[in-house]
Amino acid sequence: MRGINKSFLGVPALRDAHFEVARGEVHALIGQNGAGKSTMIKVLTGVYTRDSGRIEFDGREVTFSSPHAAQLAGLSTIYQEVNLVPFRSIAENVFLNREPKRFGIIDWRRMNREAAAILHRLDLDVDVTRPLYDYAIATQQMTALARALSTEAKLVIMDEPTSALAEQEVQTLFRVIHQLKSEGISVVFVSHRLDELYAVCDRVTVMRDGRTVAERSMSQISRYELVSTMLGRELAEQLSHRRGEDAVADRPPVLEAVDLHRGRALDGVSLSIRPGEIVGLAGLLGSGRSETARAIFGADPLDSGTVAVDGTPLNLKSPRDAVEHKIGLAPEDRKTEGIIPQLSVRENVTLALLPQLRRRGIVDRKRQAEVVDRFIKAIGVKCSSPDQPIRELSGGNQQKVLLARWLCTNPKLLIVDEPTRGIDVGAKRDIQVLVRQLADEGLAVLLISSELEEVIADSNRVVTLRDGRSVAELTGDQITEDALMQAMAEGSAADDAGAGTSPAEGTT
Amino acid sequence: MTERRAADSHPADPGATTPDPVGQRVAEPAADATAPAPPGGGPRVQWSLWAQRYGALAALVVLFVYNAVATPYFLTPQSLLFILLRQAAPIAIVAVGMAIVIGTGGIDLSVGSVMAIAGQVGASLVLNDQPFLLAIVAALLVSALCGLFNGTLVARFGVQPIIATLILFIAGRGIAQLITNGELQPLSNPEFQWIGLARPFGVPAQVIIAVVVAVVAWLVMRLTVFGRYVLAVGGNETAARLAGVPAARVKLLAYVTSAVLAGLVGLIAVSATSASDANNTGVGMELDAIAAVAVAGTPLTGGRVTVWGAVVGAVMLKLLQNTLITHGVPKEVAQIIEGAVIVAALWLQRQETRA
Repeated sequence: MRGINKSFLGVPALRDAHFEVARGEVHALIGQNGAGKSTMIKVLTGVYTRDSGRIEFDGREVTFSSPHAAQLAGLSTIYQEVNLVPFRSIAENVFLNREPKRFGIIDWRRMNREAAAILHRLDLDVDVTRPLYDYAIATQQMTALARALSTEAKLVIMDEPTSALAEQEVQTLFRVIHQLKSEGISVVFVSHRLDELYAVCDRVTVMRDGRTVAERSMSQISRYELVSTMLGRELAEQLSHRRGEDAVADRPPVLEAVDLHRGRALDGVSLSIRPGEIVGLAGLLGSGRSETARAIFGADPLDSGTVAVDGTPLNLKSPRDAVEHKIGLAPEDRKTEGIIPQLSVRENVTLALLPQLRRRGIVDRKRQAEVVDRFIKAIGVKCSSPDQPIRELSGGNQQKVLLARWLCTNPKLLIVDEPTRGIDVGAKRDIQVLVRQLADEGLAVLLISSELEEVIADSNRVVTLRDGRSVAELTGDQITEDALMQAMAEGSAADDAGAGTSPAEGTT
Repeated sequence: MTERRAADSHPADPGATTPDPVGQRVAEPAADATAPAPPGGGPRVQWSLWAQRYGALAALVVLFVYNAVATPYFLTPQSLLFILLRQAAPIAIVAVGMAIVIGTGGIDLSVGSVMAIAGQVGASLVLNDQPFLLAIVAALLVSALCGLFNGTLVARFGVQPIIATLILFIAGRGIAQLITNGELQPLSNPEFQWIGLARPFGVPAQVIIAVVVAVVAWLVMRLTVFGRYVLAVGGNETAARLAGVPAARVKLLAYVTSAVLAGLVGLIAVSATSASDANNTGVGMELDAIAAVAVAGTPLTGGRVTVWGAVVGAVMLKLLQNTLITHGVPKEVAQIIEGAVIVAALWLQRQETRA
């Protein structure tokens, strides 16, 4: 693929991007959210039509008009969410839409036999006549893969195939990938887990802002380079203006989370936050940042580990428990987890406060109005009136309403997950200033952000997660882009104080 | 679509009270504008919003005026109170409970069967010489249990509401028949049957009960924490939960409310007909109630409850039915017309959903 351009409503998603996969090669495609990976894949497989550029497949120039056409040409895609029919048998799923027929009737014996043969090739011996939902996700994924192979695929694209798999299933998948490779089939592997990329891929293409920014052999690129290329940061670029974290250092922590475990998402996260402190939580996509937030907030049950507030270990079973212990969470996805779209700004602000506004079950409307007025003014929410439905507000103002929702409950700990994602610059600045002010007034804040600058500029301390584990903690002047990226990539560089501040030392 | 088009036109419209920074200055004068219509919306948006909100009321007025002119004796207390409102009251009461359940994003198909169960429990206790108050309380308690069953399935076990309440829809009628061995038993207990037969101040008791239920429900939705929680859970359950709303308890309570109101109507039904009839009490009530809620413009996806809308919807549909029948429209055709009205109401709703 060369010089690919694609815009959506005038917003460019791909700008002169290129992508090349050799025969029998396992090729990693990485980039942050919105870097253009998915658009690239969709242009390739005929889901989207490109605005300009050239695609060659197997030596010929091609334009696939639909995913089906791409499939016929030997290009198969396995999506993150298995897109198969759970109630049909494995064999039916493998041959969906291409059932072998005899006299117009499905030749079941042949179908089952061939499906079993293909799965055997993948080292999987299962009863192909049983329905798909009987089997583990890994088997379902293998079925999708078998489906790809049965179409005589020459190139298989796997979009985050491991995100739903258990460790051992991942190993099986890797074995299969190696086997595909030995048969001369090319694989495009999209994943955010660096370990996996190094374990299975030959080459890597890094995308950023719709452009292809690097194409390298996996053996020639260090984790650190990989991460910094992906995030687009130069090694030399450093921001360090520190605040006096000594002021808060001797206060007992509001929150202490120790060794949190939950499935594959959290694999040993520990962190503590003192009053007046903003603790940043850094890590790549899928490293367990939001999961940590949800676990602390009681939204997801823990397998093991303890969460203590003010020194008392708590067993939070629901967000409601967390709210009662004065913890607030402004979630990552404002639309689906934050706002109640058709309710007014007023009701959205006071949603978490309602239990305290209640007098014999009835909402004290006078106090409600006072609270809402005060916080709308203090935070600078722009709305025509508190009666305006929140869905009519801009993203930045919605986010301010969500912050107001928690601030009016007078929390001890506020968790903000991507508080400035997708909002305009002005509102972003307002929110950052506000969070800082609140911390200065004694609030403990856990800040999650994919933007390194934001984490660096705002945090007193930064805890870095990698693959669901807290791997490094940086304080004060240690918090630099290099050190963070180092920690995100390799996980232990900055573990002991002093190391990791210089990129030269840590890079392999 | 239309609303999006309107939104796109904002930058060109300097007077629009949009949330964008430029428009903030106009916030003050607009503060008293309580009209929920989006700012800067074109006439089409406003029309469809208006039609959605007041369509049922407008239809009711049109039907009323038409009948006042064209139907003899329509404007008599006899016709209005004892035919129209007396018939509409049970539907309205059930529709109010239904509106709350729908507000949480659910649906309650079991109301007809719960009516039958409550009717049978009440009637058989009275027939066995128990005090009428005990009969009424027992019937309502059994209804509450039915609601608890529905609510538990939905809120604790995550069963889809339509499936969860289908269980009692089917099994409930069987239970009702078991209570009286499927026999139709004549009733004559004036105290017990007060709610179906009495006419204090010359007004049928069920009409008074319906008004009281609607007023209480309206106040609950408007003033209480529970009312807001219903809207929050129906509007965005994930967000509500993350804001500490006890979503499961709210849903449970919604189903219990719906079932108790259905039970109340079951008692009215057996009282009014002076017979406990497990086979026919409340048959089709779930659809009448859902239709009443839907024609009033309440989205079935949840997040909004219009108590008066449900009442207006119930009266309007009943009047439509009666109008068609009194004017000699064959029953089959009448049913088709009723269906068309409901479809029209749903179409109006979609206008907003898509916007």
